[in-house]
Amino acid sequence: MNLQQYNISENNFEQCIKCTVCTVYCPVIPVNPKYPGPKQAGPDGERFRLKDPDYFDVSLKYCLNCKRCEVACPSGVRIGDIIQMARIKYSHSRPKLRDRLLANTDFVGQLSTKVAPVVNFSLGLTPVKSVMDAVLGIDHRRTFPEYASQTFEHWFNQREIKKKQSAFKRHVSYFHGCYVNYNYPQLGKDLVKLMNAVGFGVHLLEKERCCGVALISNGLIEQARKQGAQNMAAIRKSVLDEKRPVIATSSTCVFTIRDEYPHLLGLDNSDIRQFTELATRFLYRLIERNEVKLVFKEDYKQKIVYHTPCHMEKLGWSVYSTSLLKMIPGVDFRMLPSQCCGIAGTYGFKSENYETSQGIGQSLFDDIGQSEADFVATDCETCKWQIEMSTFVPVMNPISILAEALDEEATMEANKEFCK
Amino acid sequence: MRYDVVIIGGGLSGLTCGIRLQEAGKNCAIISTGQSALHFSSGAFDFLNKLPDGTRVMHPLDAIKRLGGNHPYRKIGEEKIREYVADVQDWFGKSGIVLHGDVEKNHYCLSPIGIIKSAWLSFDDFEPLETADAFPYKRVAVANFAGFIDFYPRFIADALAEKGVECRIEILNIPAVEKLRTNPTEMRSANIARVFDSEAQLENVLTLINDLSEEVDAVILPAVLGLSSVYPLEYIRKYSEKPVFFISPVPPSVPGIRVQKRLQERFVELGGTFFLGDTVEKAFFDGDTVIGITTNNHSDIQFYAEQYVLASGSFFSKGIISRSNEIYEPVLNADVEYDSQRDNWFCKNVFDVQPYMSYGVKTDTGFHPLRDGVPVRNMFAIGSVLSGYNPLEEGCGSGVAILTALHVANTILISD
Repeated sequence: MNLQQYNISENNFEQCIKCTVCTVYCPVIPVNPKYPGPKQAGPDGERFRLKDPDYFDVSLKYCLNCKRCEVACPSGVRIGDIIQMARIKYSHSRPKLRDRLLANTDFVGQLSTKVAPVVNFSLGLTPVKSVMDAVLGIDHRRTFPEYASQTFEHWFNQREIKKKQSAFKRHVSYFHGCYVNYNYPQLGKDLVKLMNAVGFGVHLLEKERCCGVALISNGLIEQARKQGAQNMAAIRKSVLDEKRPVIATSSTCVFTIRDEYPHLLGLDNSDIRQFTELATRFLYRLIERNEVKLVFKEDYKQKIVYHTPCHMEKLGWSVYSTSLLKMIPGVDFRMLPSQCCGIAGTYGFKSENYETSQGIGQSLFDDIGQSEADFVATDCETCKWQIEMSTFVPVMNPISILAEALDEEATMEANKEFCK
Repeated sequence: MRYDVVIIGGGLSGLTCGIRLQEAGKNCAIISTGQSALHFSSGAFDFLNKLPDGTRVMHPLDAIKRLGGNHPYRKIGEEKIREYVADVQDWFGKSGIVLHGDVEKNHYCLSPIGIIKSAWLSFDDFEPLETADAFPYKRVAVANFAGFIDFYPRFIADALAEKGVECRIEILNIPAVEKLRTNPTEMRSANIARVFDSEAQLENVLTLINDLSEEVDAVILPAVLGLSSVYPLEYIRKYSEKPVFFISPVPPSVPGIRVQKRLQERFVELGGTFFLGDTVEKAFFDGDTVIGITTNNHSDIQFYAEQYVLASGSFFSKGIISRSNEIYEPVLNADVEYDSQRDNWFCKNVFDVQPYMSYGVKTDTGFHPLRDGVPVRNMFAIGSVLSGYNPLEEGCGSGVAILTALHVANTILISD
């Protein structure tokens, strides 16, 4: 009898050989000594929690869920997942009003876009920030992302834009995420421009909900599971029925749908996982297969540094975004050392985490400050907020950079042969 | 994704090979499941401390001819090895790694429990000892940071006392280090090292060292200074009143992490691409030729290269994997050297020579891994994934990692 096949647990904590490598790469430990570190919080603590749930330690909430411990682990232990699952299974603390507000990005977004000028104005006021800090625990030193007055979906559903999409031979669905919809529709417009130029019609999912990353990190698991299931149904319809792969512009949305759904929410996505990916990866594959060509303006000149978001590091996909950026002839490109910027979604917005959040990102901000870059490229919207607030250097998604540098007419011409 | 060479494994061997190839203008990718065994480095590279029969070696290059024919050093050949090691210190110097010692001759260093052991080239942190029988200082203070559990001053003091050294044990109290004790499990070398990235904290520790060094000839400290640069080491050495002698605590190894970072940075600066946190799943073949590999993160987007290098490590890094009834190599299912009787894999006395330490991938004399006895034409195996030597008993793990890497890089470059 082969006993070894029976001693592998679901979250593989027993594969940990106690080598401590993960503790070297945890961004929280150096700035917050209250956090017990990934080894203790993860596989070591799991042994105790399995014996008695009372061993659950509330300081696990200091984990950013950045997954850098998993990237560093030589034994393939899903350390970050073990910690998040422990919070889901054992934590008794109930989400506060503040957590619910931060986590419900689409609900709050829907309300805010309707009265965007008022919200944007108010959120910039010192007294409002002070009250929010005192009453809710949202840090007054944070700059809030602005809300758009027209959502991306609203813009897209205008007759002429939506109608134009069916004229293409090749099609994709776009998971735009809350940020594009409520805060920065321009990124979505750039994606449509780019995909149309290379001969793809862009469609929205039948019903897109927030991916749920903020719900998971704020302990609203049932709601996250429900929204996850709705998204999966919409993605299935697109991928399996309509044969349209799903692309996104946010590394965190993609990571959540691909990996957190099965690992943390117990949603089986094996039939659609490989068809849900970042737009830069989708484009890279087609360029490599010679099924898409990008032609760029000759006068585009920018100095760009790329920041690898934590979930992008975990996906291992920064190579796709950076390879596309390097294809632009006038780009002076440098890769920043891969490190956490400290925001971790809603984590850095909470008053109790502000110092930790800024402390984690400090060396990155210093590096960017000295880089003389025209802007920072990155695939994550919350990294964008954090870097723009902490460095004053503008941050752009690679898709927006590609759309700006694109010679639209020449690209359309170059892709004609693939669209017959 | 297309590269000239794809290297599977980003430890000492994979990085050495990758840097050498990038220097010669090749475009390489390194794919590494996680961080490497350099994080557990003793702080020195060894070349050959003992022959398989137990004979101690002081002049390792002269001893190569006494190794068995299957040993990786014999496959490279003594003449080639002499050529490679001639400038190996300068070569690592280009990555900002200072190595003390003489390539022709082993020296001695102190182990974490104060035993004097032989080594080949020591990292900058450590001062080589000329002899195993004596310690150069008569009266020393063995100092530790309060609450740091990975360093054993008592063992060191007892071991040195046997060599006639008068030892005092001292505790250093530094508030910034004390803060780490909020979580005792995180009171570890790398975290202490980060505290001393600050100049003010370095001044604090210097004052304490100078205070306690009045009545001693030297101070011994755990090697927990200088995670990202050697500046903290240089600072202490420059301004301390008495010599400061560093000894490795148990892992994680600050000097080892620094070496890993330096090598990785050098590889990337030279234009190489380092994929961390990704695992190679499968190699695809056309007869005896690898045509591509797939990885966990990149799935259908395959890696293609002219040449492939398997530097995936031994059991620790899952370069080879043991099951209850077999040992296998997971990427190409290469032939693995091991005893078919499981009972023969290990000796019950843990201090005996353990046969499993010599298990690894079989190769031809050109380091092409074998599959069903047939060499893979465009792939090489290097470092601890190889069979034919016992790194623990012979003290030759780093030497095999570095020299097989340089040799294979050389072979790839010559074949152009």
